[in-house]
Formats: sequence, C-alpha cells, structure tokens
Amino acid sequence: MEMTLHQRVRQRPASGWWRLWASTQVRWGVILLVAMTALVVVGPFLAPYDPAAPVGKPYDAPSASAWLGTDNLGRDVLSRVLSGGVYLAWMAPVSALLSVVIGAAVALVTAYYRGWTDLVLMRSLDVLLAFPGILLTLLCVSVFGPQPVLLVGLVVLTLMPGVARVIRGAALPLLDREYVLWAKAVGTPGPVIILRELLPNVSSPLLVELGLRLSWSVGILSSMSFIGYGIQPPAADWGLMVSENGTGLGTQPFAVLAPILMIVLYTIGGGLIAEGAARVMARTEGKA
Amino acid sequence: MTTVLKASGLTVERSDGASIIEDVSLSLERGEVMGIVGESGSGKSTLALALLAYARHGVRIAGGAVRVADTDMLELDPASLRKARREVVAYVAQDPGAALNPMLTLGTLLTEGLAGGKAEKVTRAREILRKVGLPDDEAFLQRRPRQLSGGQQQRIAIAMAVIAQPKLIILDEPTTGLDVSTRAKVLDLIRQLCISDNLTAIYVSHDLAVIANVADHVTVMYGGQVVEQGPMQEILATPRHPYTRALLDAVPSLQARQALRPIRGRVPAVGEAPDGCIFSDRCDYAVEACNTRPALRLVGGTQVRCVRPELGETFGVRPQAVGHSDGQVANSSAVLQANGVNAFYGYRQILFDVSLKVEPGRCLAVVGESGSGKSTLSRCLIGLHGNVTGEFRLDGKPLPLTVGQRDQYARQRLQYIFQNPNASLNPRRTIGASLAAALANRPEADSRPGAVIAEALERVGISPDLGTRYPAELSGGQRQRVAIARALVANPAVLLCDEVTSSLDVSVQASVIELLRSLLADGLGMLFVTHDLAVVRNIADTVAVLSAGRVVEQGEAHKVLGTPSHPYTQSLLANTLQLPTEAADLDMPVIAPRQSAAGSR
Amino acid sequence: MTVENQSDNATIGVFSRLQPLLARVSQGAMTLLAVSLLIFLAARALPGDVANMILGQSATQEQLDLLRTQLGLDQPLWWQYLVWLGGILRGDWGTSLSNGQPVADLLALGVRNSATLSGVALAIMLPLSLLVGVIAAQFRDGFVDKVFLGMSMVANAVPDFVTGTVLVALFATTVLHVLPAVSFIPPGDSPFSYPDALVLPATTVIIPGVMYLARLVRVAVIDVMATEYIQTAELKGLSPSRILFRHALPNAVAPIIPAASLVAAFTVGGVVVVEYLFAYPGVGSALVDAVTNRDLPVIQANVLVIASAYFIFNLIADSLAQRDETAGQRPSKT
Repeated sequence: MEMTLHQRVRQRPASGWWRLWASTQVRWGVILLVAMTALVVVGPFLAPYDPAAPVGKPYDAPSASAWLGTDNLGRDVLSRVLSGGVYLAWMAPVSALLSVVIGAAVALVTAYYRGWTDLVLMRSLDVLLAFPGILLTLLCVSVFGPQPVLLVGLVVLTLMPGVARVIRGAALPLLDREYVLWAKAVGTPGPVIILRELLPNVSSPLLVELGLRLSWSVGILSSMSFIGYGIQPPAADWGLMVSENGTGLGTQPFAVLAPILMIVLYTIGGGLIAEGAARVMARTEGKA
Repeated sequence: MTTVLKASGLTVERSDGASIIEDVSLSLERGEVMGIVGESGSGKSTLALALLAYARHGVRIAGGAVRVADTDMLELDPASLRKARREVVAYVAQDPGAALNPMLTLGTLLTEGLAGGKAEKVTRAREILRKVGLPDDEAFLQRRPRQLSGGQQQRIAIAMAVIAQPKLIILDEPTTGLDVSTRAKVLDLIRQLCISDNLTAIYVSHDLAVIANVADHVTVMYGGQVVEQGPMQEILATPRHPYTRALLDAVPSLQARQALRPIRGRVPAVGEAPDGCIFSDRCDYAVEACNTRPALRLVGGTQVRCVRPELGETFGVRPQAVGHSDGQVANSSAVLQANGVNAFYGYRQILFDVSLKVEPGRCLAVVGESGSGKSTLSRCLIGLHGNVTGEFRLDGKPLPLTVGQRDQYARQRLQYIFQNPNASLNPRRTIGASLAAALANRPEADSRPGAVIAEALERVGISPDLGTRYPAELSGGQRQRVAIARALVANPAVLLCDEVTSSLDVSVQASVIELLRSLLADGLGMLFVTHDLAVVRNIADTVAVLSAGRVVEQGEAHKVLGTPSHPYTQSLLANTLQLPTEAADLDMPVIAPRQSAAGSR
Repeated sequence: MTVENQSDNATIGVFSRLQPLLARVSQGAMTLLAVSLLIFLAARALPGDVANMILGQSATQEQLDLLRTQLGLDQPLWWQYLVWLGGILRGDWGTSLSNGQPVADLLALGVRNSATLSGVALAIMLPLSLLVGVIAAQFRDGFVDKVFLGMSMVANAVPDFVTGTVLVALFATTVLHVLPAVSFIPPGDSPFSYPDALVLPATTVIIPGVMYLARLVRVAVIDVMATEYIQTAELKGLSPSRILFRHALPNAVAPIIPAASLVAAFTVGGVVVVEYLFAYPGVGSALVDAVTNRDLPVIQANVLVIASAYFIFNLIADSLAQRDETAGQRPSKT
C-alpha cells in the first residue's frame, strides 16, 4: 500500500545491514551468540576445577562441591562445560564466515561474468553438493587425523557449495534489474557493480545463510566430536561430553544435558539470525 | 427495465479502520454497462471485489448493501455466497496469466463451477469456446493456460465468467496488459457479448478511452470515493468535478499535440485523506467551503461530489494545442545514427536492417507492439545487446556496438531511461547516492558534485531535500523523475527512453511527458520507445514504426499518424482507442509543425 | 500462432524431456565414478600397512610379500583401482579385514537395516509435514503457527545427536523408561521384529525433517493461497475443499517435491550419526566402526553405498525440480 512521505520518513527503511538489525530475532540471535562467546572465552577462568582432573567418583550427583555433579571419569561437569566450548567458539564462526564469504564471492563473480569459468565452477560445486559432507569429513579425518584446521576446511567444503547456490539464485534476477543495466550502460567496472549494486541487494539472503551455516557448523563440528572424530579426549568438548557420558544418562543426566544445553543455545543463536533475516526478506519482497 | 445491481453505502475498511472505499452507491439496469474509472489508489478494484462480497486479506467490508437481481450479496451464508458467485455474479481479473490456475486444463477451468453431467458440461464448454472465438475441439479443452497467448487466455477468462450465464459480470481491467490490436479484439468480444447476451457489466479501468468505448454509464473514483457518476456522454461533454476535468485534460490525444495538464500532488494514501473534500489539496478551484466533505448531489444528469458543480460550465476550453519543439531542425545534423542494424537472440534474428537517426532537440518515436523488437533496438543503441551487426554513429563519428568498447565520453552522451521506475534505482541506496554514482562516471569529475545533483533534481521538479531518501520512499512518478535526473547529471546529448510512461498513471504520465518536452526544448535529442500512439502524437517529431523487427514506415510524426501509408500503421491507428469527444475537437487550432528538410529518412 | 508452436513442441517433447534426464544420469554416473576414485584413494591413504594389519606384528617379510601379491597390492595404483571397481561391479566387494567375512554379506545386513530406518522415517515424515504445513498455513500468524515456527527454528538449528539424546533422556533413561536407549537388532533379524528399537532412531530423523519440510509447505501454501488464481477460484464460488485440494495443493506441492527428495538425501547422509547414537546396526554405524578398525574394504563399500543413495535422491530432486519448471507447459495426456 502507498504511504505518505510523512509516514515513510518516520519509519525509514534503513539501508542494507541496519534494516536487518531492526529485526528483533536478529538482535536476540546476535546477543545470544555474543553472550555464549563471552562465556566460552571467560569460562576456563571461572571453572572451579581442572577440567581434566578427577574430583570424585564417576557419575556423582550434583553437590555443593560439584554443582553439576561429575562425569564418567569423576571429573567436574561444570568445569568441563565451562571449558568445553573453546574449540567450537572459534572453529564454528570461522567455518561459517569462510563458507559464506567464499560462497558469496564465487556466486556473485560467476553470476556476473558468466562464461565457461562459471560453468566449470558451478558444476564442480554440484559435484561437491552431491557428496554427503559427513562422509568426506569421516574419510579425511581418518586419513589425516582430527586437526582443527582440517576440520574447519572440511566444514567449509561441505557448506560453501550450498551458500554459493543460494546466493547465486538471489543474484541472477538482479542482473536483469534496470539499475544494474544502467550501471553497465555507463561503463561501471564489473567489480564496482558487484560490490555496489549486487552485494547490498543480497544482504538478507547472506545473513540468512550466515546464521544457518553457523548453526550447521556447530552441528557438524559437535557431531564429529560426538562420534569420536573431532576433538579428542581428554580435552573437554561439548560434543565429546555427550558421547562420553551417554551411558550415565540415567544416573547423572546433567553430565549430558549441560553440554547439550550449551550446544542448543549456540545453534539457536544462529537460527534466530537466519529466521529474522528471512522474515525481513519476505517482508521486503512482499512490498516490492 | 429491471434493476440488476443496486449497491448502496458500500464501505470497505482496512483492519486499522481506515477506509479504502467509502459510501459507494451504484445502480445498473439490465443490459447496461457501467465503467468505473480511477487512477491507482482510487479503490476501484476494491469496489469491484466488494460487489462480489469479497475482500482481500486484511481488509473487510464494513458497511452497505449489494443487491444483485434478487440476491443480497452481503447477507449470505458462505454456502449461498458460493452459489451466488457461481450463478449470479461473475468476475474477470486483470491478468489472465495469473488468474488461470496453471495446473488445470481449460476444460476443468471452464466447467468446474457448473452443475450437471460430464457430457452436458463439455457441450457447454464447447459452445462457450465458439462464442469467444476459440477452437472447441477436445485437444484444446485439454490444454493448460500457459499454452495460450495472452489474448487467448483473456478469452478463456471471459468464457469462464459467462459460461454460467450470470446476471452481472464484473471486468477488472481485462484489457490492460494486452497489445493494441489484441485489446481491440477482446474489447470487441466484450461489446458483442453485451449485445448478444444482453449482459449487464461493470467495467473497471484506469483508461478513460477504453471506458468511453464500452460503457453507457461511468463512475469516477478518487481516493476511495465516487466523485462523479452519470451517463457516459454527459460526463465526457461536461465534466462537473474538477478531478474528472483534470483526468480528461491529462489524457493525451491522438489527434493533436496538446499541452497536457498534470495533476499536482499525489493521490492520498489510505487513511491520509484531507478532512474536507478529498480532492481539495490538489484542486485549483478549492475554496473555504471545500474544508467540509461535500455530499454526492444530482446536478444536471450526473451525481457530483463537489460544492461548486456549476464550475463544469466554466472550466474553459480543452487544452491548447502546442507546436513542435524549436530545435534547429533545418540545419542540424543527426546526433545519433544507426545504419543497417541487425540483432539476434541466439540464431533468431530480432531486428532486420534498421536505420534511424536522432536529431538534437527532436524526438524520434519508435512504435511497435510487444515482440516487435523495439526494446531490443534501444538496448542495442545503449550497447547492452551483444549480438548485433550494423553501424552506429554518434556526433558523426563511429560508435562501437557494445558498451565495453565505447569510451567514457560516448557512454556519457547516450543515457538510458527504463520503463520500470521501481527497478531503475538501486533500492539500497539513497537517490542522492545514486546520482553521485552517475556523476562519478563523468570523466571531468565536477568540483561541486552536490550542486550538480541538486541542479539536476530541480530540473526534473524534485526537491533536492529528497536526496537523502531511498527509492521506496518515493512515488512511481518521482522515481521516474529521479531516473531522468540521473541521466541529466551525465550531461547527455541523447536520451533513450524505453516505455518510460507506460507504468505510470495518466496524470503522472502527463507530467513526465511535459518534462521530456521541456528537455527537448533544451536541445536534447531523444529516442522514445512506446506502444502508445497518443503519447507519440504528443511528444514525437519523427516516427519509426517497427513490426516484426523491420521498420515498416518512417517519417514526420504528423504525416505518419495523419496519413499512414503502411497497412500495419493503419491498423495500429485504427485499433487505438480515444475519447469520443475528440472528434468534436478536431477543429481546434493546431499549430502546424515546421516543414523540415531533415526528415528522418 | 501459439497453437501451432505448441503442437510442434509436443512432437519433440519426448526427446527434449528425456535429454536433460539422460544428461543428468550420465553426469551423475561421472560423479559417482569420481566419488569411487576418491574413496579408493582415501582408503589407500589410511595410515598403516594392510598386510601388516592382517598378519599382525609377528609376520615375516616373506609372508607379508606373499600376502601383498595375493591382495594385488604390488600392482600399480590405477590397476588396483580398476580391479577393485571391476570387483564391485561383479558383486565382489572383498572381505572384511577385521572379521574375515565377505563385505557383501555385511553390507546386505546394514543396507537392509538402514533402508528400513530411512524408509520408515520418510514414510511418516512426508505426509506428516504436508499435514503440519497446511495446518500452520491455515492458522497463519496465529498461536499454533507461531509455536510451530519457533519449534521448527530450534529443530532445524540443533544437530541430530542432540535431538536424539534429548529423546533418549525423555523416553528411555531419565524421565520415562518406555523405549530402549540402544537399538539392539540381532544380525539377520528384520528390524520390523523389533519395532520399539526403531521408534527413537526414526523419530530423531523425522523431527528435523518434518520441521524443515512443513515450513516449506507452509510458505508454499501461503504463497499459493495469495495468488490471483486462488482468488479467481474463490470468486467462482468453488468450495473451500475444492480450492485447497484441486487448486492450491497441486501448485503448492510442486516446489516441495524436490525439497522432499533433498531431505531424503540428507536423511541418508545423516544416518551415520543417528545410527551411531543408538548403536543401530546399519551402514552408518558399520562405517564408523570400520573407520575405527581401519577396515578398508568395509569403509569403501559403506561410503559407496551411502554416496550412491544420496546421489540417487539428489538426482530425483533435480529432475523433479526440472519437471516443475516446465509444468504447465507440458503437453497434456491426449
């Protein structure tokens, strides 16, 4: 519906990223992620015990000395939960960010320039997409061992093709938009068109992808730890804790549920961002 | 005479209580056609749907009554309402491509609402297909909508509406998306059905010429209110409401080049109408008394919602005819020339040996229907269509065929304005930033970019204060002006305008045409691509008629439009609808265009 | 004009429709070949000498050499690959290094169990997501819808093993004790003989799948219900059920079918973690065990099977998406 200028000025449709920040969900998602990251960074210093040292009997119930009880080897669950996010806290965001940046760059450049490089690149991404990421990760980790940098690389390899596909899908219709044609017609260089005309107009799908891929990075990385091919014992890691203490779920559920809660909070942060950005996107599309 | 439709006090509200249409009353006898005319935002489509007791999501019919034959449409329970929509009132939507379910066959679409056995339904479907001039064989009934052309789709939509022989049929802009000749045929069909089946119809359109050609009565809507209502002839002859008058004055005429009178300001948004007369803030005749809302009252043969209906007698003459621009026609050489242009999409040839030239201060109109290649031609000139052969010359010097090979100077000299103002500006950038980007491309970067931008905005009638706004905050007409300003910033020699007015309301179109005319007077050369011959008449000095990729006729505008020699041009002219009153205006003095040695051939 | 064009299209339609499919299949075959090479090389790159592993540390050099010749490990790598590939095509998948059983037999057990799990999950997931999605769309922006959206956001963000572990805590170990936490199915028995062992693994797969698909259904239904042809159907006085089932759903389901196949592919890929979590004896848990034991032939076989299944579902998704694009232009059945 048409609005008067007066109304419009009052609810300025702020440009690009600020428009997304206006979404309540995006804001809560960011707050949650920042809080979680802060907790993970400060956590090891708050931990009452050495996360690797036994402090009592295995699967002790929560007590005044060990608030969340002990795990399968009698270590303090609280200390392990507080220390167990360090790897995830840098690996997940780095993987997600790299996936989105590389994926978006590939998508925008190939979409704009087309030609045979486009064909070759997108075809090879299709091949990557056609291979389940978890198998690739399993194979590579079993060959080269669970090194963090390798894991990050594998997560990027798993997630990036999907990002490229989505962003390419969002960018292709923009190429027929008159403002892009106009920019071409007055001889604007390709990189400038990509950065100034295309990029700001895929900001919503980019943020959706970033949120989603962050959740999924956390998912893949903690799943790898869970099946024993990620972070190796005796290090404290949430995914690993779930698998280590699985047998004690009946007697000492906190040893499993506490790390699960952390993983859930972390992934929901990404989910909220994706959800909020998707809603902003749906709203603007509805208007156009 | 039996009254088929009697609507009274119809009010439709948004969920926040703001009314979209207010207190609308209509009455229609059997066999009559009522035209409902209005610009976008007038509430005409909402009214059309309300007559079927239908309101879009987030909108509700808040009051009034609609009586069709013996049915009170607004009083029915859901089952009876469905029955009434099957048998009493039918609806034809604007865009048949969107209104026909792509997954269903034509046979299903036509017969699904009918009662009776399968054989009987098929017979009825065949009968109705013959009636609307479509094939009636089994294979055709098994087709799906996307296998038809636009004109065929609209015939199906009309057949769908009349197959149950409803008492009333409501046509919501049924010919708007169609080409001139297709539109003429569909309109013929509608007129013919009205006569043969004695149909009672409501015909909604933004186009007064179309309404004038099908309707006996007309209702003029503005801001959700009826401002004038009465017999077609009477309203065309003596419009009594200033808005009706203004609307008529904004319509370009095929007969003569006239000063078009745009309506200043913009249509009030829902819930933002002025307290008094809804048109008062844009009306040149507003007085103190206009601050209270006038009621609809009978003056002469028409209902008028104006406190000064006597103005109708004194509005004065129709707009003046104006001559062509004063560009130095005789001694100027072409600023842009195209010789022997062929263009292709893959192996398909789109343009065949097209030659034309644009002179400074003069406008060349390229006229054609969809598929004629007219947009491809303008894309070729701007260098965005790669698959092209031929020769371009700019200022007499050879111009490379594609934009990548052109130098910055050439790119500046040629500027392109697009059809769709909603997409011609980057939605994520303020209009000031969009104009600054245009300026940045200028080789001799200006030392005072702010001043240049402000100047360009003022030239197109946009306050430079709006430079901090985003395109979404402007109206369609304002966006089109900003797009023109962005072209002007580059200090061009030629403007290539691709259907720049076709998505605008007629009053806004008038203002854009006036703006373009004034740019011509400044000495700019212009190539104006359009399908609308009346617009051509009002802006072009020379015309090239494009059909299936070939220029079939080319010459001075008054000659081509006055005495067309090619049959295609003749049929285009014959199919172009105009207001009937214009025949009477023919004796109006027309300032003859100067004869020029530099014709366009 | 359009009429003639269309009949032309109909005659060449069969070819033009088959061609992309053939292209896709051959392209997919190439992809699988590349995958098999990757698997082969990755498995070869595993640390540890195979002969050493089989014979143990006490084996003499002669014994090792003999075994290497027997296994063909002294041949060039490309030859070994061809021999391996040929064997697979003939149904000879080699023998397990850890227990000496033919891989084909082990694989048959795993495939049956995994296929049962995935099949049961999909059979419940697809109709359920349609139902949930349509209900959410009907109550758009209402309480039910908001609850659904929140739940689906969480379910889509959280990894499978978390969902599974929470289910175990709720129904098996901590809150209720009604279902087994570990899916024990003796080798050779049908999983259907142990329905309670299927419930939790299947539910773990179903929940995120339904939450993802139902969301797509919801959006598709809302989009379709807002189209002009639905408005036209309402204005034609058709009944709500006819509008929903005849006019809206066929259009809404079209964009979802490819996504459903994609979810099926994800289900196959995700089976590794879920099977490991419940110690469910399928290809996924077999793979994890085999990687732990460095059991080369078993790794290769399982990866190839999972990749093929994944690929087939992807192929289906792609061709359905393709078909969807041309829907409406399809020549009708005459």
